[in-house]
Amino acid sequence: MNSSTPSSSAAGAGSADSTAPRRNSKRPKYSRFTQQELPACKPILTPKWVIGTFLLVSVIFIPIGVVSLFASRDVVEIVDRYETDCIPEALRNDKVGFIQSDRSKTCQRTLRVPKDMKQPIYVYYQLDNFYQNHRRYVKSRSDQQLRNNGSLQDTGPCKPEDNVAGGPIVPCGLIAWSLFNDTYGFTRNNQQLNVSKRGISWKSDREHKFGKNVFPRNFQNGTLKGGATLDPDVALSDQEDLIVWMRTAALPTFRKLYGKIEVDLQRDEIINVTLQNNYNTYSFSGKKKLVLSTTSWLGGKNDFVGIAYLTVGGLCFFLALVFLLIYLIKPRQLGDPSYLSWNRNPSGH
Amino acid sequence: MMKGSQQQQQRPLLIPSPRTPGKEELPYTPVNASIDASIPVSSMPVKPYSDSQIEMSGDFVRNPSSQSIQSKSSSGYSIKEVSFREGSDVIVNPVVRYGSSGSNPGRYGSRGASSGGFGSSYKEIKDEDARLVYVNDPVRTNEKRFRFAGNSIRTSKYSFLTFLPRNLFEQFHRIAYIYFLVIAILNQLPQLAVFGRGASVLPLALVLFVTAVKDAYEDFRRHRSDRIENNRVASVLLNGEFGDKKWKDICVGEVVKISGNQTLPCDMVLLSTSDATGVSYVQTTNLDGESNLKTRYAKQETQAKASLLGEIGGLLIKCEKPNRNVYGFQANMEIDGKRISLGPSNIILRGCELKNTDWVIGVVVYAGKETKAMLNNAGAPSKRSRLEKHMNKEIIILSLFLVALCTVVSLSHGVWLRRHREELYLMQFYRKYDYSEPEVEKYEYYGLGMEIFFVFLMSVIVFQVMIPISLYISVELVRIGQAYFMIRDDRMFDKSTNSRFQCRALNINEDLGQIKYVFSDKTGTLTENKMEFQCASVGGVDYDNGKAISTEDGQTGYSVQVDGMVLRPKMTVKVDQDLLHLSKMKHTDEGKHLCDFLVALAACNTIVPLTVETSDSAVNLIEYQGESPDEQALVYAAASYGFMLVERSSGHIVIDIQGERPRFNVLGLHEFDSDRKRMSVIIGCPDQTVKVFVKGADTTMFKVIDKSLNLNMVKATESHLHAYSSKGLRTLVIGMREMSTSEFEQWQSSYDSASTALMGRANLLRKVANNVENNLRLLGASGIEDKLQQGVPEAIESLRTAGIKVWVLTGDKQETAISIGYSSKLLTSKMTQIVINNNSKDSCRKSLDDALQLYKKLSNVSNSNDAGHVAGTNQLALIIDGTSLVYILETELEEKLFELSSKCTAVLCCRVAPLQKAGIVALIKNRTDDMTLAIGDGANDVSMIQKADVGIGISGQEGRQAVMASDFSMGQFRFLVPLLLIHGHWNYQRISYMILYNFYRNVVLVFVLFWYVLFTGFTLTTAITDWSSMLYSIIYTSLPTIVVGILDKDLGRSTLLKYPQLYGAGQRGESYNGKLFWYTILDTLWQSITAFFIPLIAYWDSTVGVSALGDLWILAIVILVNVHLAMDVVRWYTITHIAVWGSILATFICVMVIDAWPFLPGYWAFFMIAKTKLFWVCLLGIVVAGLVPRFVVKVFVQHCKPSDIQIARVAEKFGHLQGDAETEMNPIFDLPQRTATT
Repeated sequence: MNSSTPSSSAAGAGSADSTAPRRNSKRPKYSRFTQQELPACKPILTPKWVIGTFLLVSVIFIPIGVVSLFASRDVVEIVDRYETDCIPEALRNDKVGFIQSDRSKTCQRTLRVPKDMKQPIYVYYQLDNFYQNHRRYVKSRSDQQLRNNGSLQDTGPCKPEDNVAGGPIVPCGLIAWSLFNDTYGFTRNNQQLNVSKRGISWKSDREHKFGKNVFPRNFQNGTLKGGATLDPDVALSDQEDLIVWMRTAALPTFRKLYGKIEVDLQRDEIINVTLQNNYNTYSFSGKKKLVLSTTSWLGGKNDFVGIAYLTVGGLCFFLALVFLLIYLIKPRQLGDPSYLSWNRNPSGH
Repeated sequence: MMKGSQQQQQRPLLIPSPRTPGKEELPYTPVNASIDASIPVSSMPVKPYSDSQIEMSGDFVRNPSSQSIQSKSSSGYSIKEVSFREGSDVIVNPVVRYGSSGSNPGRYGSRGASSGGFGSSYKEIKDEDARLVYVNDPVRTNEKRFRFAGNSIRTSKYSFLTFLPRNLFEQFHRIAYIYFLVIAILNQLPQLAVFGRGASVLPLALVLFVTAVKDAYEDFRRHRSDRIENNRVASVLLNGEFGDKKWKDICVGEVVKISGNQTLPCDMVLLSTSDATGVSYVQTTNLDGESNLKTRYAKQETQAKASLLGEIGGLLIKCEKPNRNVYGFQANMEIDGKRISLGPSNIILRGCELKNTDWVIGVVVYAGKETKAMLNNAGAPSKRSRLEKHMNKEIIILSLFLVALCTVVSLSHGVWLRRHREELYLMQFYRKYDYSEPEVEKYEYYGLGMEIFFVFLMSVIVFQVMIPISLYISVELVRIGQAYFMIRDDRMFDKSTNSRFQCRALNINEDLGQIKYVFSDKTGTLTENKMEFQCASVGGVDYDNGKAISTEDGQTGYSVQVDGMVLRPKMTVKVDQDLLHLSKMKHTDEGKHLCDFLVALAACNTIVPLTVETSDSAVNLIEYQGESPDEQALVYAAASYGFMLVERSSGHIVIDIQGERPRFNVLGLHEFDSDRKRMSVIIGCPDQTVKVFVKGADTTMFKVIDKSLNLNMVKATESHLHAYSSKGLRTLVIGMREMSTSEFEQWQSSYDSASTALMGRANLLRKVANNVENNLRLLGASGIEDKLQQGVPEAIESLRTAGIKVWVLTGDKQETAISIGYSSKLLTSKMTQIVINNNSKDSCRKSLDDALQLYKKLSNVSNSNDAGHVAGTNQLALIIDGTSLVYILETELEEKLFELSSKCTAVLCCRVAPLQKAGIVALIKNRTDDMTLAIGDGANDVSMIQKADVGIGISGQEGRQAVMASDFSMGQFRFLVPLLLIHGHWNYQRISYMILYNFYRNVVLVFVLFWYVLFTGFTLTTAITDWSSMLYSIIYTSLPTIVVGILDKDLGRSTLLKYPQLYGAGQRGESYNGKLFWYTILDTLWQSITAFFIPLIAYWDSTVGVSALGDLWILAIVILVNVHLAMDVVRWYTITHIAVWGSILATFICVMVIDAWPFLPGYWAFFMIAKTKLFWVCLLGIVVAGLVPRFVVKVFVQHCKPSDIQIARVAEKFGHLQGDAETEMNPIFDLPQRTATT
C-alpha cells in the first residue's frame, strides 16, 4: 500500500530529498498514518444492506427457532412436587418439627409416564427457593482442602462449619454441610429400576478439583446436622453427589442431577418412587421436586429459546418489509448534497 | 556593530562621565593604562569629548515600545511589561557633546542614567526585600541567614528514594484514583470483601504502575539533562585568577567570565565587557524565543574597575528578591561609597547566549532555581474542556444511579432478612449462628441495620464501574493520540518559521470542535508583522509606487561598494522611479527635502545594522536588526533609495548616501512613549548643524507641526495619510527642524538634569522631549504595508461559513483596522457598519441604543420581506474603539454591547488595550455557553489568550509570551481552519462518542450485575468472576474504544473543508448532550435486559452452575459491547479490526485461562458450558436481540431525519463530493500535490 499509489511515492521522494538539505526542518515526516490518510473501509447503511441484514437475521433465526421449539417439545419431563405430600397430613402444621424428628421419612410416590421416554432418562431433584447462590453460602467452601490432602487446615472461608472438637471438617463449609440427602428408589411393575449414580458429575471435577486422597473427616459431627453424611472411606473424588452439589447453582431454583435411568420408559407406564424425605427445606418454605427428563440437543424442556428466536426472526422479517416500504415510499438519492440542511434552507443558519 | 566595538578597543578611551557630559575636551586616559578610579565620577565637571560621540539609548534593541506609533497597543502592554515600559521612557542618554567629527575614540557614557531610570523614580529597595551580594565574596554573601540557592538545577522531580512516595502522592491528586483507592480499601475489610483482594487492587495497581513507569522515564531523562547542564564548565574568579568551575558549584557573589557564544550559567550583573564602553550583546532565544540581539551594559564605574581583577571586590549589590519578571530588574550597587542603580539592561540571564562580544565579566546575583529562566519554567496552564464539564454532570447522574441501585439492594436485603428472621438460624444457606463451639454465637450477623449498611457498601464495591474511572484514563490516552496527529499534521506545519503545531494543553482537544467565537489579534496574527514599505508622501506629493519597478526580478536593488566588498541590504524594497530620480537631484529644493526625509528614515530609529556574509565572498548583506518591524521597513526603504545605514556605534551612525559616507552624531534620543506617540533623535550633521528628526502617529504629529510653513503641503499630506490608512497601510508622519546652538545647549542641560534626576525621571524626560518636539517642519509621511498572512481571507471566510464569529481586536487605529477588515474579508461591502466611537458614557449609551434600533429596523425589513433569502444582505458589522470600551466594559452598558454584538456578523475593536481584550472575551464568555477561542502572537494578547476557553499562540515574530500562555501554538492564522474544521471536528466527534460509549459499556455491566443480585437474595454474589469483572474495563473492552477514539473519522478532510457548515454539529453539541445520554441509558437498559434475561430464562430450571452462567454473561456483554461499537465505527482500518475482534478473542482466552485454575470454584465451567449448543444459541440471540432496537433507530434516523454529517458521509462515499474539493483547499494549504485520501 505504500508504493502503489502515486501520492505516497511522491511523498517518499519528498522525504528522501529533505534529509540532506534541510536536516533542521521540523516538518513532520509524511506518512499516511500520521496524516490520517490510511486506507479504510467505510461501510454505509444503504437500503440494500439494511434490508439484507434484516432478511439475513430472519433467515437464520426462524429456522433455529423452529428447530429449538421442536427439540423442546420432544423432551419428555415428569415433575413431581413432594415436599408437602410426603409429610403425614396430621403433622403438616409443624413441618420443621417433623423433619427434625426421628420418625420414618419414607414416602411413596407414583408417576405416570406421559410419553415414551428414550434412555438415558435423567433423574433430577429440584429445589425451589434454595439460594445456593447466596453470598454467604457460595463463599463457604475451601477449594484447597477439597483438592489436596495436605490442606486439611485450610478452612479459612468455611466458618462456621470449619472445625469441630476433633479438628478440621473435611469437606468444610456450609455448602458441603448442607448436602442434599433425599434418596429415591424407582420401581416399574414391581421391578427395580436401576438408577446409575456414576458419571453424574463433571469429569474435570473428579480429576482435578476433588482429591483422590482426600477423605471426609469429622463430617456432620457437629451439633447441628445439615444434610447427608459421607462415607469416610470413600475419597472425595468418588463422592459424586457431593461433587454435583458443590457446583453451586446459579439461580434460586435449580436442579441437580441425581442419577440416570438407562432404560426406555413407555407411555402410560406407572413408576413407583420410594423416597426418603430427609432434607429440610421447610425452614425456608422451599419446594422439593423430583424430575425425570429426557434431553435434546438444546438441553431440557424449555420453549423460551425457540419462541425468542421465532420472535426476533419474525420481527426482523417484518422490519425488512417496513424498511422496504419506507424506501419505496420515501426514496432518497444517496449522497445528494442538496439534502444538507443549509442547502435545503439557505437562511437556516 | 561587531566591527565597531573591536575598533574601539584599540582606540584610546575616554573616562566616562555618566551624568554630566561637558562640552569641552576631556583629558582622556586609556583604560588599560591606569584608570584613576578615584576620580569622583559623578562630580567630574567634564566636557569630555573632543569628538562627537553620542550616547545611544540604553536599551534600544529590547524596547518594543520603540516600535512606534502603530505599535499594537496604545496603552501599555501586558502587566508583565509595565515596569519595563516605564523604564523605556527614560532611556535617552545625555552624554554627548557634538563638535568636530574628528577621529573618534569610541565611547559609551555610563549607562547609569539610562538603566538607573528603569522605574520612573528612584526606588529604594527595602532591606527586607533585598538580597545583598558582596561581589567576589561568595562566603560573605552566602553567610548563614542568607543562604542563597546554589547554581545546580533540578528539573527532575524525584530522587531514587523519594520517587515512590512522591509519585504516589502526586498521582493520588486525581479524584478518580482516590475513588479507586477507597473502593479497594473497602474491599479489604473482611465484612465487605466482595472480590478477591488481588482482583480488587489490580486495576488501581495497574494504572499506578503504568503512570509511575511513565513518570520515572520522563524523570530519568530530566535527570540526565540536569546532569549535563550542571556539569558544564564556566570560568570563575578564584583567588584573583579565572579558573574552571562546574556550573553546579557556582554560587551567588562569585565573579564569572563568559566568552563569546557561551551560554550564561546564571543571572549575573555585568561588571565589565570586552568592549571598552561596557556594551555586550545577548541573544535570548532560550528565554523568550526572540532571536534578535539585545544590548546589555556594564556600568562604566565597574567597567573600569573590573579590568583590574583585584579591585572587583568590595562592591555591594543590593537587589530585589528573585522573581519571574524577565524584563525587570532593580538593584543598586555601592561603589566607592556611592550608590548607582542597576536596571534590566545591566543583567544577563541564565540561558541567554553571549553574541558579538568577546567576553564579559559579571557577578552572580541569582543562581540555580532562583534564576529568572528557571522561575519561568512553569508548565502549561490547565483548562478543562467543556465536554468534560458536561460529562461531570452525567457522572453525577450516574453516581445517583449508583446510590439508587445500592439503596435498592440494601433495602431489599433488609426486607429479605426481616422476612426470614425466624428462619435464619437453620437455613442451610445462611446460618445466622455458629454452632461449632459449645457456646452458640452469632456468626457474622451484626443486626439488621448494620447488615443493611454493609450490603450498601458492598454493593458500592460491586457496582463500582458505574463511575467510569477507566474513561478518564482512556480519554487521556485518546487525547494524547489526537495531539500526536495534530502535531504531525503536515498541513499545520509552517515552513517560513519552521514550526510545527504544538499542543501545550492536553486536555481541551475536543473544545476545538465547538468554537463559536474567535477573537483574533491583528498584527502578527492576521498580518505577518513583516512591514513592507509601500509608499511615501514627500513634500505633499504622493509617491505610491505607481510606476514601481519590481526589484525582485533579477535586479538586486541598491548596493554599495566598500573596500572592494559589495554591501547590499538583505531585503529589497520596491522602488518608486520618480522618487528614486528625485533623490539624486540634491540641488533642488525638492531634492533637499527628500534628502532630509530619507535621512530621517535612516536615522530616526534604533536599528542596528549587521553585516552578514554570503556565499559570494565579495558580497555582504546588511541586515537591520531591531525591535520594531516598522523601523526596519523604513530603514530598508531608505537604503533602497541610496540612504543606507551602514554603521551604528555608540554615538554615531554612518549613512552611505549614494556613495558618500557622512557620519552623523546621534546626540540624543527621545524614546517612543504612549503619551507622545512619537520618537525623536537629535542629530549632529556633518555640516555642523543640529537637527531634530521626529516620527510619530499622525494624531500627535500634526499637533507639533508648524502648519504655517506650508499649509498646502500639510493638507495634501493629510489627505494622503487618509488614503494610505484606508488602504490598510500603517502610517507614520515624519518631521524635523534645525536647532540653533543656544537652543541645543538649553536642551542639553535640561536633558542632562532630567536624565540624572532621582525622582520622576520619566516625566522630566517626557517634558524635555515635548519641548524639543515642536514647530516641526513636515517632511512627509510613509505608508507601510502590514502584509496579510497567506490564506487569511480564505480562512476567515471558511470560519464564517462554519458559523464561527470572528472578532478582530487590535491596537491599531480605526481606519487601518477597517481596511484590514476589508482585505481579510472580515468586512464585506454588503454589511451595514455600525461605528461606535465615543468619549463619554452617555454618548456610548446612545450609540448602542441607536445601533439596536437600527438592527430592529433592519430585521423588520427582512422579516417583512420573504424571511427566506435576505439573511445575507442585512449583516451588521460593529466597529468599536478602545475609548468607548472604557465606558462600556464593566458597566451596565456591557449588556447592551453584548446584545448588539451577538447580532453582528463581524466585530472589529480597534485601539484596545491588552486588558480590554480580555474584557471583551469575558463579555462573551460570561454571558453565553458558547466556546471562545483567542488567537494572538504578542505579549499584549496574553491576557486574552488566558481568558478564552481555548488560547492559541502564533509562534511568529513577536517573541514567545503568547505561545507560553497558550494552549496550542501554531505558525499561521490560516491553520485555524484545519485545526478547527478538521481536527476540532474529529476530536469532538471522537471524544463525545467515546464518552457516551464508555458510559454505556460500564453501565451495561453494572445492570447485568444488578439484575443478578435480585436473584441471589440481594446478597451481591457475582456470577461473573472477580477477575473478569476487573478485566472488563482493562482488557475486554478498553482497547477498541481507544483505537476508535483516536482513529475513527466521521468525515474526510476534504468534505469537512468543502462544507465548513458541518462544524455546526460541534457548536450545537450534537454528538454529546443530555438527550443522547438518556437515549444511551435506555439502550443500555434494553441491552442489559437481553444479556441477562435471555440466559436466565433459557437456563431456568436447569442444572447450570453459577460460574458457567457467569461466563456466558460476561462473554455476552463483551461481544454485545464490542459489536455495538463496531456498528458505530465509520472507518474500518486494519487496526480497528484487530482491536475490536481481538478484544472479543482476548476475552474468550481470558475466560478460558481463568477457568483453567483448579483452585477457583469455577474450574472448567467455561469448557463445560461451551460444549452445549444452548450456550452458543444464547450468545447469538443476545447479540442480535440486544442490538436490533439500536440498529432500527439508527437506520430509521439516517433515512428519515439524517443529520448533515450523515448526508455528507453518504455523499462522500458515493462520489458526489470529490473532484473539486481539492482545489478549494489550495489557498489555505500550500501543500504540494497530494491527493486527499479520505
